[in-house]
Amino acid sequence: MSIALYRIDDRLIHGQVVVGWGQPLDCAFIVLVDNEVRESDWEQDLYRMGVPPNLEVIFASTVEVAERLPTWEADGRVGILLVGDIDTATALCANAPQVKRLNVGGIHHRPGRTERLRFVYLTDEEAAKLRQLAAQGVEITAQDVPTARPIPLGEFT
Amino acid sequence: MSEPLLGVIVSHAALAEALVKAVVVITGLEDALVAVSNDGCDAESLTQRLTDAVGGRPAVLFIDLPGGSCFTSSVRQTRGHSDLAVVTGVNLAMLLDFVFHRDVTPGEAARRAAEAGGKAIRVPTA
Repeated sequence: MSIALYRIDDRLIHGQVVVGWGQPLDCAFIVLVDNEVRESDWEQDLYRMGVPPNLEVIFASTVEVAERLPTWEADGRVGILLVGDIDTATALCANAPQVKRLNVGGIHHRPGRTERLRFVYLTDEEAAKLRQLAAQGVEITAQDVPTARPIPLGEFT
Repeated sequence: MSEPLLGVIVSHAALAEALVKAVVVITGLEDALVAVSNDGCDAESLTQRLTDAVGGRPAVLFIDLPGGSCFTSSVRQTRGHSDLAVVTGVNLAMLLDFVFHRDVTPGEAARRAAEAGGKAIRVPTA
């Protein structure tokens, strides 16, 4: 499988992804699964502006993922797939059941969320959605950067 | 320009705060720059921090990296606002030049800052 990392990160494409993970993985492409960004040429240009020219950025909706994921998985290069929130991750796993690993990389504070880890804040409902995905066979760990320990879901929900 | 430009430094961790302190130490100018960190922020909360920092004033946003959350949030902030401009790759040299040249348009100030910052990057021969 050439998608080395399936990541939930509410900052989407940012330094930890491009440099922190992208460099050691020798990542050549990033798939950003986000329905709003998929509909906005301006947002897509903005994200493309922010990555090195040798790094391809692919935009997809949660519906398109089902059809396009096999192509990305067959790609000889290494890729990272990003979603920005747990609902999008849930839709991803529903539409592409071959996704069996999720990295929780950054979900930050908002009203109603409580701190689970330094870089993970969740409402009780969001925590339940992650446990539901795990019950369906998705291995979920939290890890902001590659040098950190992957923290099993049970330790933060 | 009726009001001198504000400089808003937007960075990872405490870099922006440290740059503001360095400029104050060197120049004594305390009202030209403010710092914004993306620590603990998603895109929405970083946008709010930026809005609060700018406070409706004409400003140049100095970003640490030409990509990432500081960059994307700042560019979104300037969309449709001619009184805001963004320059990336912030360094101390560009800030020291900026604080003494704030009576121009944001676009002119950003271009000048980029030039001043670029000139400061050298490889001196030993």
